[in-house]
Amino acid sequence: MKYKSLPFDGTKEQESKLKAKLAELKPQGAALMKALQFAQDLYGYLPYEVQQMIAEGLGISLADVYGVVTFYSQFTMYPKGKYQISICLGTACYVKGSGEIYDKLRNLLGIESGECTVDRMFSLDATRCIGCCGLAPVMTVNDDVYGKITADDVEGILAKYISMEGNK
Amino acid sequence: MTIQQLNEIREKAFLSVASRKVGQQKSLYRHQVLVCGGSGCTSGNSRKIYDEFAKEIAEKGLTDDVNLVMTGCFGLCALGPVVIVYPEGSFYAKVELSHVCEIVDSHLVAGQPVAKLLYEETVTDEGIKALNDTHFYRKQMRLALRNCGVIDPENIEEYIARDGYQALYKAINMSGDEIIDTVINSGLRGRGGAGFLTGRKWKFTQGAKGKIKYVCCNADEGDPGAFMDRSVLEGDPHVVLEAMSIAAYAVGAAHGYIYVRAEYPVAVRRLQIALEQSRKYGLLGNNILGTDFSFDIEIRLGAGAFVCGEETALMTSIEGKRGEPRPRPPFPAIEGLFHKPTLLNNVETYANIPQIILNGAEWYSAIGTEKSKGTKVFALGGKIHNTGLVEVPMGTTLREIIYEIGGGIPNGKAFKAAQTGGPSGGCIPAELIDTKIDYESLQAIGSMMGSGGLIVMDEDNCMVDIAKFFLEFTVDESCGKCTPCRIGTKRLYEMLCKVTEGKATLEDLDKMEELCYYIQDNSLCGLGQSAPNPVLSTLKYFRKEYEAHVVDKHCPAGVCKSLINYVIDPEKCIGCNLCARNCSANAIRGTLKQPHTIDTSLCIKCGVCLTKCRFNAISKEGK
Repeated sequence: MKYKSLPFDGTKEQESKLKAKLAELKPQGAALMKALQFAQDLYGYLPYEVQQMIAEGLGISLADVYGVVTFYSQFTMYPKGKYQISICLGTACYVKGSGEIYDKLRNLLGIESGECTVDRMFSLDATRCIGCCGLAPVMTVNDDVYGKITADDVEGILAKYISMEGNK
Repeated sequence: MTIQQLNEIREKAFLSVASRKVGQQKSLYRHQVLVCGGSGCTSGNSRKIYDEFAKEIAEKGLTDDVNLVMTGCFGLCALGPVVIVYPEGSFYAKVELSHVCEIVDSHLVAGQPVAKLLYEETVTDEGIKALNDTHFYRKQMRLALRNCGVIDPENIEEYIARDGYQALYKAINMSGDEIIDTVINSGLRGRGGAGFLTGRKWKFTQGAKGKIKYVCCNADEGDPGAFMDRSVLEGDPHVVLEAMSIAAYAVGAAHGYIYVRAEYPVAVRRLQIALEQSRKYGLLGNNILGTDFSFDIEIRLGAGAFVCGEETALMTSIEGKRGEPRPRPPFPAIEGLFHKPTLLNNVETYANIPQIILNGAEWYSAIGTEKSKGTKVFALGGKIHNTGLVEVPMGTTLREIIYEIGGGIPNGKAFKAAQTGGPSGGCIPAELIDTKIDYESLQAIGSMMGSGGLIVMDEDNCMVDIAKFFLEFTVDESCGKCTPCRIGTKRLYEMLCKVTEGKATLEDLDKMEELCYYIQDNSLCGLGQSAPNPVLSTLKYFRKEYEAHVVDKHCPAGVCKSLINYVIDPEKCIGCNLCARNCSANAIRGTLKQPHTIDTSLCIKCGVCLTKCRFNAISKEGK
């Protein structure tokens, strides 16, 4: 089960914030990337509805917006989980076995890179080098960094977050 | 801001910065405590360690005697979080929160370094060695990184104390031609990978027609395993701003852009702080240092596309479009950003400029080899003890970097290959370990300098698998604009998969090579042109390994899953059942206290059994 067809649930407040930013950016020119970065911070992702607003706000075609959104890996059209898991597949981590950790995560969560679990708890991203090669192999959950881990540690790490939710 | 004011700040701040040198006593403070605030160490909690130091220092009433600073990267990331205490130069490694109290009580109060918490190499029979006497630092020469791990990157006055912005003052009292001649004569070449003569680029941009020109900085460091530029931006952001201002003055530009990866939040934040501070101090903006020269810089965030490291793609991306490259000529120096003449250099290249202006071209060109001058920063990673950032003069051998600075290969394994240049570079085999590193020699052996990633591999790494790994990366990152790269790399990747699955023939190897040359010759930009390098270099130096996969259906390193089986040695197995209980595929059979067996038709080759077995009874075997 994938969380791809979630209905858009943006608020009026978000919409007015975005429109104000677009009005500010439009006269500067070459502002599409900045607009998208702002919108993604605001909504967490860039569904069609948001892309439509940006296209109208900047006076460019939706195709141009969509073209840029799909070109850059930072932009996502799907929502992220409450806990965003990233596993580094950069060279240093890869030679130290991060591929196995990635496989384990996919098996346990039942999702692929870029996707989110149906309860919106976890999302998974295979990333390029995140720069702390001294800790290889590295995985991060939101701002928590787990270094020098093995595939066996994965279950325990996930359990920590699941139990945190259970205790609430 | 006038030069007098700049000098006054320098004199004043010098007293607090000067003693961050071994044995240097003249200072406002008795001790300097430097906590590494680079990305590696902050991932290891160094921010909390800093806070804990602050708390302890305040509680013990040491605020007037001890200066606590959060600096940029020290380079030895493997030992992070790192804390250095001056004037002794004591090197505390892998510091934990619980250590802080002891370091403060013993070292800062009583003057006794805590030997058991120091980096073990520094604790000798003759006493405690300072950090610059360790193997890791001794052979290094830090020019681009000179302020990293020394100053507080969020405080412009510390940069000024280390002669910051003096080069800018010197430059705006020179003519553009004089500056450019200095840069040309220094022999500095682009550190982003291609190695084009930097001064020549400046000359072209200066000579280009047009009133509006731009100066850009490429900080879109995308090579996996490379973090040189990030460390400069995090540890010494002002050096980039100063160098860009010098360049802008020389070529006649009034506006600049720094294109930096959004994946580097610390670097972006420190750049923003640096920009605000230098504007406030009148070192950026209108009428810099009281002259009629005006220049300002804007940050643009990249959004995660490797191809945007290519110069024309980067500029298209700054313009807010899909970051696809375009054919050259026209070169950016003639027609670049917004169709105006544009100068683009990489972070590390800029980091060398202020010192070249201050010390002169001759000083710089005396360092390095005949055609490659100065130093190069490498991000050392993979199967190596001292993972981290090293800066060495050009011409240093791979052996010196790996064995002396890097501390060799862990676990007594044999060195097999080093990969330089990331996905655009090649693998250098063990027999070429004495190669002197410079632009020409690396190219001659089928690799390239690249931006400076240096990944070390040992006998457990399969070279076909590594080539496949890099190709997977290029397939993923190819922007899709030109066919040779878009389809060629994909087909090449599929052929490599065939090899790792044992389905390829010797004829396929020849076809692969042919396809490599085709992609090299016909791709539009550097990404495609260099994408086959990992395959070509491994085919050249490790052809036997490819042939083993093809002919014997055997992966010598035991990595390629399709070509190995896990087996249990009945002599060693005591039948404890641990492996069977941990097997997720239920592929292990056997009764308690009897030797077990693995059903290869069920085995998914996850390797869990091998790591679980306490009696070394399980091993990988070729089919």
